Amino acid sequence: MGREREAPKQQQVSYTVEQLVALNPYNPDILPDLENFVNEQVSSQTYSLDANLCLLRLYQFEPERMSTQIVARILVKALMAMPAPDFSLCLFLIPERVQMEEQFKTLIVLSHYLETARFCQFWGEAAKNHNILEVVPGFEQAIQAYAIHVLSLTYQKVPRPVLAEAINIEGLSLDKFLEHQVANCGWVLEKGQGRGQLIVLPRNEFNHPELKKSTADSIPLEHITRILPILG
Amino acid sequence: MVNSYDYDDGDGYEDMGGGHRLHQDLGYDPNFVPDSVKTFVVHLYRHIREKNVYEIHQMYEGSFQKLSDRMFKDSPWPSVDAVAPYVDNDHVFCLLYQEMWFRHLYARLTPTPKQRIDSWDNYCSLFQVVLHGVVNMQLPNQWLWDMIDEFVYQFQSFCQYRAKMKSKTEQEIALLRQYDQAWNVFGVLNYLQALVEKSMIIQILEQEKEGLEQFTATDGYDYSGGSNVLKVLGYFSMVGLLRVHCLLGDYHTGLKCLLPIDISQSGVYTSVIGSHIITIYHYGFANLMLRRYVEAIRDFNKILLYIYKTKQYHQKSPQYEQILKKNEQMYALLAICLSLCPQVKLVEENVNNQLREKYGEKMLRMQRYDDEAYALYDELFSYACPKFITPSAPIFEEPLVNYNQDAYRLQLKLFLYEVKQQQLLSGVQSFLKLHSTISIGKLATYLEVDESTLRTILMTYKHKTHTVDSDGRIICNVDVDFYINNDVIHVIESKSAKQYGDYFMRQIVKLEETINDMDRIKLE
Repeated sequence: MGREREAPKQQQVSYTVEQLVALNPYNPDILPDLENFVNEQVSSQTYSLDANLCLLRLYQFEPERMSTQIVARILVKALMAMPAPDFSLCLFLIPERVQMEEQFKTLIVLSHYLETARFCQFWGEAAKNHNILEVVPGFEQAIQAYAIHVLSLTYQKVPRPVLAEAINIEGLSLDKFLEHQVANCGWVLEKGQGRGQLIVLPRNEFNHPELKKSTADSIPLEHITRILPILG
Repeated sequence: MVNSYDYDDGDGYEDMGGGHRLHQDLGYDPNFVPDSVKTFVVHLYRHIREKNVYEIHQMYEGSFQKLSDRMFKDSPWPSVDAVAPYVDNDHVFCLLYQEMWFRHLYARLTPTPKQRIDSWDNYCSLFQVVLHGVVNMQLPNQWLWDMIDEFVYQFQSFCQYRAKMKSKTEQEIALLRQYDQAWNVFGVLNYLQALVEKSMIIQILEQEKEGLEQFTATDGYDYSGGSNVLKVLGYFSMVGLLRVHCLLGDYHTGLKCLLPIDISQSGVYTSVIGSHIITIYHYGFANLMLRRYVEAIRDFNKILLYIYKTKQYHQKSPQYEQILKKNEQMYALLAICLSLCPQVKLVEENVNNQLREKYGEKMLRMQRYDDEAYALYDELFSYACPKFITPSAPIFEEPLVNYNQDAYRLQLKLFLYEVKQQQLLSGVQSFLKLHSTISIGKLATYLEVDESTLRTILMTYKHKTHTVDSDGRIICNVDVDFYINNDVIHVIESKSAKQYGDYFMRQIVKLEETINDMDRIKLE
């Protein structure tokens, strides 16, 4: 059911992809634009969940037009969005028989390792499948950021080996990395037991309970208005 | 794994009440118009022309049901062509009559393939009339909600029907190929979207917040001589879009479609009980699939309490059965949410009692995360989930199979996958509750895993209990939390502070009321 669109008042003739997704998402004609947009996200290291879900929906409506290559790229981008559940959201829209293909099974395994914080196994499996992953620049950094996020939820002080395993950096590279984090992100290095090193992560409300804002006893203003006449 | 729990009952999520799947030819004469029907359409037509919403509602809810029960228990109403002469052959009235005609057919009988297609045509004509802005009626919200509700239901029913290719006759297949636009997913979504856009309902709701428009205050009705039809259809279409997206498995976009409606408050969506329940059911379900368990628990709790308090008033209503069914389904969903995210203090007392009665024992077993537990998660999910659809047309050249369960199987599989990932969490929680500090080594011994595995488990606990909310912030789902210092775990149990503020406020108001009452007595 094609719908006419009035020409916009501005000078631009075509809509951006984001506008298309917001205004005219149920339109099979925008499928090529959305596919190009996925490739654009990959090359420019940007990300749009809405646009990618829109495309997966269109693939659902017209399965013969599905490109597994594009779907794989969407899934890799979704992995990079962790801790957001975007990967699952995408899987909900991909038919089971497609998920049975080798590359998707691999991506699902990788997602499983990340969801269950099995970073050691993740990096091992990722190395074996670098052909799927290296197509998407920024993948490694994104997963490292997720790993640090989970560590920051969990630890006030984390032993160096645990950090190393989580972000897959060791030795001199790790030293350099830590230098950078200390200089720019508020990390502090301490001596641990023996010859170990402890990394003190920045304080947040999840690893420092005293920082948790207590909303338990706050009363919304509208409720107070009920008793103002009485108090007055 | 496939639990045919209520799933393969053919077309309806409604109970067909005794299995009235009769063939339609038993002595049915479409051209015979009994006197009571003549009177019915003449009066309804007049009330619609006179914009007498109250009378329309009485006839729509009351008389139509009574006549259906009395005279059309197992047969359709007279055809629209037969009644048209009594209503000046009014085009719009005929479309409305047809809409009711088809809805009655779906409820009491099984539609033929051609009837399914004809109903689609009727909806197209009806929506096109409304979208062109030439409608000048005021119709009751109940009816307008039913239109959207039924539209989505018939779409879902058609997808289920179409996906059962195995037993299709050649004529049926030819019909499907010929009318490939009927109930096409693009058509359905675009009509709903068009109603939302053309009605400008999103802008109206925005402006209402700033006091520049009146919509909710009048329940959507137009008291300045205009029509409420486009606006209210546009409003309910947002709920329709949420529903369709849930059926497709796109929960994120579904919630986005509902965003303009503030469900923490009452609104036009609460003016019709069916709309209220369907909205919250899908909203809660979407949040469940997005792992926002706390949000889902809050929403289900609120609506279940509401139903508990008000269902007695709806006993005579034709929606009563549906209300009860959704009520039961939402208790199942609540049981699932609470098993994955134990936050019992979010559940009101009456609701909690009902929940324990229905699912108390099952919830205990679900938290054990053994094979039996997964079977229970499967059972409850299958019972309570929406009837997921495969929106694409079948490939007629391939061998004919039934694929109507594919969508459901996928959602169930992914859901159970998530449940499995949370397997070890409740075990961890019970150990944490017993200590204020404990070393990694010791806890690893208790749990019979090595230290490295324990660290992994603890990080998983943190990740799964700190979810990303709709604004992208991290929120903590649990009471029992911890942090680790090198190799010592420090347990943080957040004691929920008693809500003193709220308590004092209520007592102040109560005391004031009592004093006022006493003053009044003195004066008399």
